[in-house]
Amino acid sequence: MTALLLAIDDLNVAQNVAFGIIAFLMIVAAIRVVTTNNIVHAALWLVLVLAGVAAQYILAAAEFVAISQVLVYIGAVMVLFLFGIMLTRAQIGREGGLNNKGWAIGIPVALLLLGLMGYVIIDAYEDTVLPDRGPAPTEAISDQFLSIYLLPFLALSFVLLAAAIGAIVLARKD
Amino acid sequence: MLVVNFLLLAAVLFCIGVYGVIARRNAVLVLMSIELILNSVNLNLIAFSLMHGNLDGQVFALYVIAVAAAEVGVGLAMVLMIYRNRRSIALDELSEMKG
Repeated sequence: MTALLLAIDDLNVAQNVAFGIIAFLMIVAAIRVVTTNNIVHAALWLVLVLAGVAAQYILAAAEFVAISQVLVYIGAVMVLFLFGIMLTRAQIGREGGLNNKGWAIGIPVALLLLGLMGYVIIDAYEDTVLPDRGPAPTEAISDQFLSIYLLPFLALSFVLLAAAIGAIVLARKD
Repeated sequence: MLVVNFLLLAAVLFCIGVYGVIARRNAVLVLMSIELILNSVNLNLIAFSLMHGNLDGQVFALYVIAVAAAEVGVGLAMVLMIYRNRRSIALDELSEMKG
């Protein structure tokens, strides 16, 4: 298997090793997010998954998206989650009753979905090698945003505004 | 790198997220599982963007990040309101709308 991988010319070994290590950490952390009995620990494992996703973006030459991921997810969304946890719970620590009564149904559903998706992905893209491109220039992304994607960009700012106002209205005490 | 690596990693993360949505009872943990699912989709978009040499995938990933931030904000505000009214955020107790 390794010999086969090394035989492909465009394959960068260091990149693959880094990908493998980060992917392993991400999968372990993601499993801990959905299985741990401590909500705060789940949030902290989720930070590891999100940081791993940002690292994979950098490996895939998407620096601007990686920075946005760190700023928005690790910086803002995780703080929201931690506030949500603190405002909705009396004690910090291990806690029972985090799972549904029928939680075991989720395992066959997830495995079936994984088998189906894995089969389709391997069938479709078995030997496709990612080309070794340099980092995407940020001004090219901004050109896209401000030319052909201008209307969705404006719509998105209204979505964010509406979400902010909606969250304030919902969470206000009155 | 093979494109299969990225797609399979995204598929694994997606399935773990789906398991979390099904199995978890706490509303905040369900929101976290939804974040896992959204991130796996983003990973797919970035991989296809690199594969085709086209920046549209990265633009879409940025849209997904922004929409996910909005979703978490509104979702957590709703969870807070439910907690204020019921002193609990267990999703299986929210059955008022059952006919």
